Amino acid sequence: MLATLIRLLGDFDRAEEAMHDAFTAALDAWPREGVPQNPRAWLVSTGRFKAIDKLRRNARFDAALSEVAEQLEAAAAAASAVRGEGAPGEEAEGEGVDDDRLRLIFTCCHPALSADARIALTLREVCGLETEQIARAFLTSAPTLAQRIVRAKGKILDARIPYQVPALAELPDRLDAVLHVIYLVFNEGYSASGGDALTRPDLSGEAIRLGRLLVDLLPEPEAIGLLALMLLHDARRPARTSADGEIVLLDAQDRSLWDRGQIDAGLGLVERALSFRRPGPYTLQAVIAAVHAQASDSATTDWAQIAGVYDVLLRIDPSPVVELNRAVAIAMRDGPHAGLAIIDRILARRELTDYHLAHTARADLCRRLGRTADAVSAYERALALTTQAPQRRFIERRLAELRSSLS
Amino acid sequence: MKYLCLIYDNESGAAGMTREQGEALMGEYFAFTEAIKKSGHYVGGNALKPVSTATTVRLRQGKLSTTDGPFAETKEQLGGYYLIEAKDLNDAIQVAGKIPAAKTGSVEVRPIEVFG
Repeated sequence: MLATLIRLLGDFDRAEEAMHDAFTAALDAWPREGVPQNPRAWLVSTGRFKAIDKLRRNARFDAALSEVAEQLEAAAAAASAVRGEGAPGEEAEGEGVDDDRLRLIFTCCHPALSADARIALTLREVCGLETEQIARAFLTSAPTLAQRIVRAKGKILDARIPYQVPALAELPDRLDAVLHVIYLVFNEGYSASGGDALTRPDLSGEAIRLGRLLVDLLPEPEAIGLLALMLLHDARRPARTSADGEIVLLDAQDRSLWDRGQIDAGLGLVERALSFRRPGPYTLQAVIAAVHAQASDSATTDWAQIAGVYDVLLRIDPSPVVELNRAVAIAMRDGPHAGLAIIDRILARRELTDYHLAHTARADLCRRLGRTADAVSAYERALALTTQAPQRRFIERRLAELRSSLS
Repeated sequence: MKYLCLIYDNESGAAGMTREQGEALMGEYFAFTEAIKKSGHYVGGNALKPVSTATTVRLRQGKLSTTDGPFAETKEQLGGYYLIEAKDLNDAIQVAGKIPAAKTGSVEVRPIEVFG
């Protein structure tokens, strides 16, 4: 409904106000007159006319607004002329609604907005989260976040970012931006960058909801791949922390706690994404998650296949983080020495030196090789780089074990 | 809506070109300008003389100061601009992406403020 009002009124704030006014009007009218046949259309239409009324009232003080009001009125009149009558409750249904939701997603994730602003705006406008909720989830203050949203809306208006689904030629680039926003929201939910808890299920839940919506509206292979990836990772959530909130690593997880229904849904989506051929980065990561999901424990996991998929991933979407993950898979396939050599090469290039997971991975391989002193210093480095409480406790436990074996 | 496309590129790159390379680049710009005139996007545009010819002017507490060159040392310098008429930012981005310097430098797209 908000998505449609934004299109009709051409302004995020005006649309939010109109939606609020429409609900207020409904609280008044529906108990007296009964619920209309199409409540959504009634609300949209009422909101639209409330907004035009308000503009006209304010136009007495601002001539520019009267022009806007006239334009909106003319558009509304044209729409009802097409339908043959003017009664509220006849706003286009079905396809039109989906288009508006897609328009809203693509506008909120426009690459001309900063990454932070895209995330905030998407959670606020598409998911309908309150500013305070988003601020809490991303550990920033509500005023900072509100400011971010205001600036983004200002840029949409001032630079005239259009409210539309991109043309086919722009689609790959623009879809990437949308997928990236969803992926960032999911990741923050899957492994919080700070705070008291390892996961923020509220955020991963929103990301999955967004992913589903996108796949319904625009079933592109990478959208399907990303949804598969999120479902497969999220399926492990119940096993990733112990009852007292401590981290349980993949090889120690009780796999009977994994959500089988979600895994089956994820596996089906992986198949579907792969059927398009030439899988993209999200689909490849989903394939890796699928291999884990199908193994009964770490020892029987097909590490050779995982390392192979990482090879492909590294070729089409090179990044030091992918290289690091590949190194861990290779350590499982060929032994800790092989993995450690790759990690040391990455760190020698001065990449990932501030990424705590690079140091925990290095520490773990040193530990398995019996290089206790090296493991200790790598864990110490990792500890200095992480603020998330469960991560810190996990590293501290490992450090205590290693130090006691040294003495 | 009007947008200014500011073209930033490495000046020394153009200076080190052979005659043929320079002519090829001029040809690309010429073709681009013709294309956006035909599509109705073109409003105006100019190339600028090198940054070494630039002067920066500031007025502070009533005192005019002029300094040599641009404000900050950067790898890319403002080398020219196009003023275009575009439907919206997406349209402007499509036009800006076809400016030859988009391949080697960068193009900043700024909406033109309209007063009153």
